[in-house]
Amino acid sequence: MHRKPADNASLKQSTENRGSDNLGDATAMKTDLYKRFKELKQRGLSPEREAKMRQEMASPSTHSIDPLAGMSAAGCYRRALMGLYDTSDLMMLQNMAETPRSYVSRIRSIDELLERDRQREKDGFPRKIRVGRLIKPGKGGKEKIVVVPTTVEEKFVHDPSFKSKQEGDSQGGAGDGEEGEVIGEQPVRPDQSQPGSGPGEGDDGQHDLESSAYDLGKILTEKFELPNLKDKGKKRSLTRYTYDLTDKNRGFGQVLDKKATLRKIVETNISLGRIPDVAQIDPTQFLITPDDKIYRILSREKDYESQAMVFFLRDYSGSMMGKSTELVVAQHVLIYSWLLYQYARQVETRFILHDTEAKEVPDFYTYYNSTVAGGTQVSSAYKLVNEIVSQENLVQDYNIYIFHGTDGDDWDTDGKQSLPELEKMLNYANRVGISIAEHASAKSGNTEVQRYLKKSKLLETKAKLLRLDVMSEDADEPRLIEGIKTLISE
Amino acid sequence: MELINQHTKKIMEGCKARALDAGLSFDKESLEYIVTNRDLLELSPKLMIPTLYDYWVHDVEVLKEKGKYELYPSNPYETVINTRPAISFYNDNNPDWLNVMIFYHVLAHIDFFQNNYFYRHTWDYDFTGQALSDKRMIAALRSEKGRWVDYVIEFARGIDNLVGYHRELSQKEKPHQTRREKQLDYYFDEFLQKIKEVNTSTYIKEINRYNQCIAKTGSKGEDVFFAEVHKKNPEFKALFEKHLKKKTKHSGDLIDFLTENSRFLNQEENQWMTSVMEVVRNTSIFFQPQIRTKIMNEGWASYWHSTLFLQDDRINGHEVEFARVDSGVTSMPRVGLNPYALGMRLFEFIERCADQGRYSFDFQRLNDAHQRRNYDGHTGQGRDYIFELRQYLNDFMFINTFMDQDFMDRYKLFVAGRRLNQERMVWQYYVKSRKAEDYKEMILNQLYHPPHIDIDMIKTKSNHLYLNHQFEGKPLVTEYIANTMLGLEFLWGGPVMLETSEVKTSAAPQETRMLPGLAAPAKEEKPPPKIEWQRVLYTMENRKLKKANI
Repeated sequence: MHRKPADNASLKQSTENRGSDNLGDATAMKTDLYKRFKELKQRGLSPEREAKMRQEMASPSTHSIDPLAGMSAAGCYRRALMGLYDTSDLMMLQNMAETPRSYVSRIRSIDELLERDRQREKDGFPRKIRVGRLIKPGKGGKEKIVVVPTTVEEKFVHDPSFKSKQEGDSQGGAGDGEEGEVIGEQPVRPDQSQPGSGPGEGDDGQHDLESSAYDLGKILTEKFELPNLKDKGKKRSLTRYTYDLTDKNRGFGQVLDKKATLRKIVETNISLGRIPDVAQIDPTQFLITPDDKIYRILSREKDYESQAMVFFLRDYSGSMMGKSTELVVAQHVLIYSWLLYQYARQVETRFILHDTEAKEVPDFYTYYNSTVAGGTQVSSAYKLVNEIVSQENLVQDYNIYIFHGTDGDDWDTDGKQSLPELEKMLNYANRVGISIAEHASAKSGNTEVQRYLKKSKLLETKAKLLRLDVMSEDADEPRLIEGIKTLISE
Repeated sequence: MELINQHTKKIMEGCKARALDAGLSFDKESLEYIVTNRDLLELSPKLMIPTLYDYWVHDVEVLKEKGKYELYPSNPYETVINTRPAISFYNDNNPDWLNVMIFYHVLAHIDFFQNNYFYRHTWDYDFTGQALSDKRMIAALRSEKGRWVDYVIEFARGIDNLVGYHRELSQKEKPHQTRREKQLDYYFDEFLQKIKEVNTSTYIKEINRYNQCIAKTGSKGEDVFFAEVHKKNPEFKALFEKHLKKKTKHSGDLIDFLTENSRFLNQEENQWMTSVMEVVRNTSIFFQPQIRTKIMNEGWASYWHSTLFLQDDRINGHEVEFARVDSGVTSMPRVGLNPYALGMRLFEFIERCADQGRYSFDFQRLNDAHQRRNYDGHTGQGRDYIFELRQYLNDFMFINTFMDQDFMDRYKLFVAGRRLNQERMVWQYYVKSRKAEDYKEMILNQLYHPPHIDIDMIKTKSNHLYLNHQFEGKPLVTEYIANTMLGLEFLWGGPVMLETSEVKTSAAPQETRMLPGLAAPAKEEKPPPKIEWQRVLYTMENRKLKKANI
């Protein structure tokens, strides 16, 4: 959506056009939502619930792929404007800036770093290395994730995010304009195609180490001591082979299969009529041809391995705006990586997004980047999972994992629809993990989903199958990983 | 990393001659190196000091989202470093005319390093040399003590932003004090105030008595005065002697204090740690002035590279290319701050004002706008004036003294505000204020300012250390407190307390979203709710952090 500012008139017009286009879908969707809302209201709603729902309905009413897509998380933090200390001579005068570190040096160092970190713990100091900060799912199912070993040097410093009343959000500026005049706009989430404002920042000026999700899973398992999975014994053939002496061959081969050979000889002799009385066989009278000898020879055998099917469910309703979505998706990436490692890449994933309706999306890319909108109906997603599982008969061949990320909000306040679906899921799933990223403003432990789960007692009765992790929306990476442990530990 | 070739060096020498003629002053020797991107990878974590000690964190991406400049006040991509001789770094494919411009810029930086009093403590030695020997010492210790060296570096770095830089500076250029002067200072500054704790009237009485003694008996007045003091306070003499002995090293900063007083560090087997801490401390002290003079230093360098480049006879024909690069460096951004542009304009503005004699009483007392506008005292002292400023000021003083409404108006500066437009999901930037006071305050708020954390000597007991954060309206980053204090506990060898202030209630302004059916919320910015502060005490004991309200 880049237009030259000079194009002002046309810009305005086209925005309007676009607006009205959207309005069509949006209105339809809104009326639908509104109907549902009214139904609920008739059944009785507390004022807070009503306000919350209204809020959700008011959020931008269509889902779209975030323009930010593909941009790493760190990019979002980058300040859009040059501050006083953002400049340096090499950058300003000679156009030399940070260059990404070489791949190799980083890969070598990650093992060293993890070793150092383990040693720290033994020495009684908290660990310091963090990984998996960044996520960059590629299009078309490419499992591309950016792993940057990072650390923080802690000091006593003033919190720069704290703004006093007078200070506000002020910056320097120069040029024309009356006081109060708006001089420019910037999208809240910057577009990636827009290069940084300073020289040398055109490319993504950060040190990335792209590594496969598999590597991340390995690191997670080893570093954070995430549990290893047990082989659940369900088999499914794969395109891997082992070689074994299982094929039979007449006439020649490596090992004589005595039993089979004898059987063959008996067969031949019966057809020759040399065994008149089956009860009284005299083996010395057998005629034996070389063809009767059955040998075993080496053969290619298909290998069988446990196989996992992972469903990722994400609430992309309007209330998931901002941090809660980031958190949920980040956690799902980590879980995905970990499972990928555990199942030696034999993981199949399905991605489901839901607001009041649920839909399956083809890849992580869409899953990750779809923007939030609409109301919330958790049951819709659970129902869709159940449908997929029964239609495709997945139970036979797969270990099924279901991870659901939400902010805990559900229009189905007491879980009348969600709970039956959930129970159905628990019948076949190896693990259902629900993570709730609570909004900072909300009271802790008081979301709808958490309440009805607690009431249902499912968490206790099916403790092995159902796990719940509740975190606040500003949780950090260690907390996320802690959460994963809760969700997947035995 | 290799030296620039002879051809380029000759250009540099030409630049030096012209810069010296223009009045800059710096050491004749300098070293210029060509750097590649690969070199930069190694240099930038070491703040461009090739000989800085090794530390594993340098190999890791460091998270800086919280307080980048608070945590790392030194610039990792500096072109020239403040060493003897000064070392500067260049891209190997710069055209000659560009090198001329950069050389002038670099020379002005060197001039600034070597003449500004905020760099006084770096004048007497070569930092790269010092760093090299420190690096070797640390490497030797590491081979002996292993990872514990890195722990000590880590913990010392945790408090290296609290070094007593200004105290260090005040030790330099100190006029020699005679014993008599010391005695007088001690009596009035310490003895009366801290030991006797006299009230104000008694204090003033003593001053009067001193003045009378001087008036009556002239040069002998002081003896007469102190004869009386000794008579009244027989303990004074002994206390003063004790004070003289104690005062040899004034330990105000935390690292020094730990070195001297930590029982853990003073155990025989831990003595080596103090040398590591000293290295961390010295390194930090060395870099302290850089960020405190960013606007001046860059402004000064930009001022001189524009001035000298255009006078240089060797670059004829490259004016347009120069103009393009120069404007990239020194143009004022529509929104944002550029220290190069701001500093240069301020220097130019001050020079012009001083040329017209506007920093004079005659001008200051003019009230008539027309007269003020046309005032010109024709003093022609502008250059001298800015040379003086580069010698004695830092960013705070520079901005605080010279940022005025005339400057704002001349360069059409304003404070830009930012607000969220909910409907369109965009940040809108708008002209918030064109008042000089607001602009000045906005800049001053952005200047580097580490927290002021004192050791509370009264509450510090032999086994526990009590730190007091002098609250200045900004809380500390809470996530960092635990690990920083963990390090302190290790170095101190006992419990550590930190008193600081935190927001009492989470008075985060609730985001107002649009509700359908309701009128859109008013667009005016509501004043954020008043923040209540709560004094809290953190205690780190046995690697466990506790927090309590006071």
